[in-house]
Amino acid sequence: MTPMTDSERPPSGDASETPHETISRRDMLVGAAGAVGGAVLAGIPAIARGQQGAGKAAKGAAAAAPAAPAAPANPLPPIPDDPTKILGTPTAAVGTRSRFVTAVRTPTGQVTGTSLTPLQDLTGTITPADLHFERHHGGIPQIDPARHSLMIHGLVDHPMMFSVDDIKRFPQVTRIHFVECSGNGRSSYRDTKPDQTVQVVAGMTSNSEWTGVPLKVLFEECGVKPEAKWFLAEGSDAVMMTRSIPIEKAHDDAMIVWAQNGEPLQPAQGYPLRLLVPGFEGNSNVKWLRRIELGTEPWMTRWETSKYTDPLPDGKARIFSFELDAKSVITSPTFPAAIQRGWIPVSGLAWSGRGTITRVEVSTDSGKTWENATLHGPALKKAHVRFTHMWEWNGSETTLMSRATDETGYVQPTRTELIKVRGIGTDYHFNPIYGWTVKSDGHVFFHGET
Amino acid sequence: MNGDRGPKTEVRRLSAVIAAAAFVLPLAGACSGDSAANAEPPRHYAIGRAATPGEMTAWSTEVGPEGKELPPGSGTVETGRTIFAGKCASCHGPNGEGMPPAYPALIGRDPKGENFVFSTDPKLVRTIGNYWPYATTVFDYVRRAMPHTQPGSLTNDEVYSLTAYLLAANEVIPMNSTLDAASLRAVKMPYTNRFVRDDRKGGHEVR
Repeated sequence: MTPMTDSERPPSGDASETPHETISRRDMLVGAAGAVGGAVLAGIPAIARGQQGAGKAAKGAAAAAPAAPAAPANPLPPIPDDPTKILGTPTAAVGTRSRFVTAVRTPTGQVTGTSLTPLQDLTGTITPADLHFERHHGGIPQIDPARHSLMIHGLVDHPMMFSVDDIKRFPQVTRIHFVECSGNGRSSYRDTKPDQTVQVVAGMTSNSEWTGVPLKVLFEECGVKPEAKWFLAEGSDAVMMTRSIPIEKAHDDAMIVWAQNGEPLQPAQGYPLRLLVPGFEGNSNVKWLRRIELGTEPWMTRWETSKYTDPLPDGKARIFSFELDAKSVITSPTFPAAIQRGWIPVSGLAWSGRGTITRVEVSTDSGKTWENATLHGPALKKAHVRFTHMWEWNGSETTLMSRATDETGYVQPTRTELIKVRGIGTDYHFNPIYGWTVKSDGHVFFHGET
Repeated sequence: MNGDRGPKTEVRRLSAVIAAAAFVLPLAGACSGDSAANAEPPRHYAIGRAATPGEMTAWSTEVGPEGKELPPGSGTVETGRTIFAGKCASCHGPNGEGMPPAYPALIGRDPKGENFVFSTDPKLVRTIGNYWPYATTVFDYVRRAMPHTQPGSLTNDEVYSLTAYLLAANEVIPMNSTLDAASLRAVKMPYTNRFVRDDRKGGHEVR
């Protein structure tokens, strides 16, 4: 395993606007060295910690991060030789991760920044709220919920103002859905590199249990007029994010959400209120929601015209491409892991913005043949589903791939197919088949050119 | 909310009508009926309060593609050039060339862009001149979000001026232009008809 170079700074999935922070060699060495002990036990190669900016992140993280170069305020107790022979620590107000768990996002330190979910460190389907990817355009606003309101107006009989407490009094639903940034996968689309981690390749998708009120309940409360066909959702961040959404989405499954995984939204995810439009590109799930206006036509905001649109080879640009096509990615084994001969689970995530995943196939012979993977639990609509496929590695070089099919019959394309219909210059909505090449020495590298 | 009225909603409507008849229920009023007598929840929960005209005016700052919301005021290209140099160039560059990836390019009409080949040429830089379909939404975005570190601090005249400068520098309007609501509404962007609605529908086809 070679140390990362500066070119290995964590790229953003939404690079066109995101400044990258160059991680210095010193940061990486600190991060990698600090993570060695944990990584050995966790089975996660230490270099991943350094590469993913653990040294940086740990400065702001809880005491859970062993990579922190400075001594934490409350030093962790020593590890006894035999934990059955010494009393443990008392209870705590808020739990922390084990010192051996080093999963971290990849903050850039910029207010227009991103941070990516460490998919390689997670199992199951729910993303811990504090590891949900972040993407914001004017920083994370600090909002007092007592002073926050949601206004619904425009083509309604009764323009209304709702406090956060008001919103919580309406009938509520709890649903599991993914949110994926429109730019997820950009850094591995044009310029695929063998030493890209799955966090870099696909870390701008996360999956949560969301609680909120169906938007149609609020629309009934306000008496939306029949001529209303679109609504504008506006955030109360520094860019006052605005997106136009077709009203059919409100009739279908849009929600005004205040909770994530059983607790109030994290500030980075829209506290105290956000719009959730399941299966739609991440940017349209407007965070810090303060206003919804009903109208007859879309507002053509910057974010739905100059950004988040898909130029096509025929000289057009597709706009309002909300629904994210079916996609899957293997999360283990991935770079920079090294595997042993014998049986291992090939594990990953699949999702579709159009409904349920009906099948995930895995190829262990570089795409020549495909076998159905096991889907864990019932696949939910517009949610991550975990898949695994048991594989016996015989020691020869090969490439692992996954391919998702959704309930509409859509099959995840290869990168070559995607380039054919979208072009190499396209900037959003990437869902190519991803590969991971296992070298004969067991080391795994990203293979993006499918 | 007419689009999704199914049988259940009709029942709810009926019960709401009955409730209204029984209790002379004012819409969005203080009382939503005797819930103990209703198996179905009401359509109106009488939660929240009416938004005031003042709140709606203050909060509704958006300007759409037709520009009908544009406020009074005006600005010239030359004034805009001065404001740009003072408040915008530090991020977007003295000539609006941008500082990618943090700050996007705003100005530029690469001849290759005239064929709108962004899909096949990843190096082609997108600007207001070649990848922005409605002039009025330049005003919207600048007023709402710029300057980046002082969002919402520009006067309407300053926003008109900056919009005029950005459009002129992108060869959309003449350099001696003055923009106000009416003249900005009249500006046609060069590539509006290149932007088409999503035609993907799922299924077997990759589009």
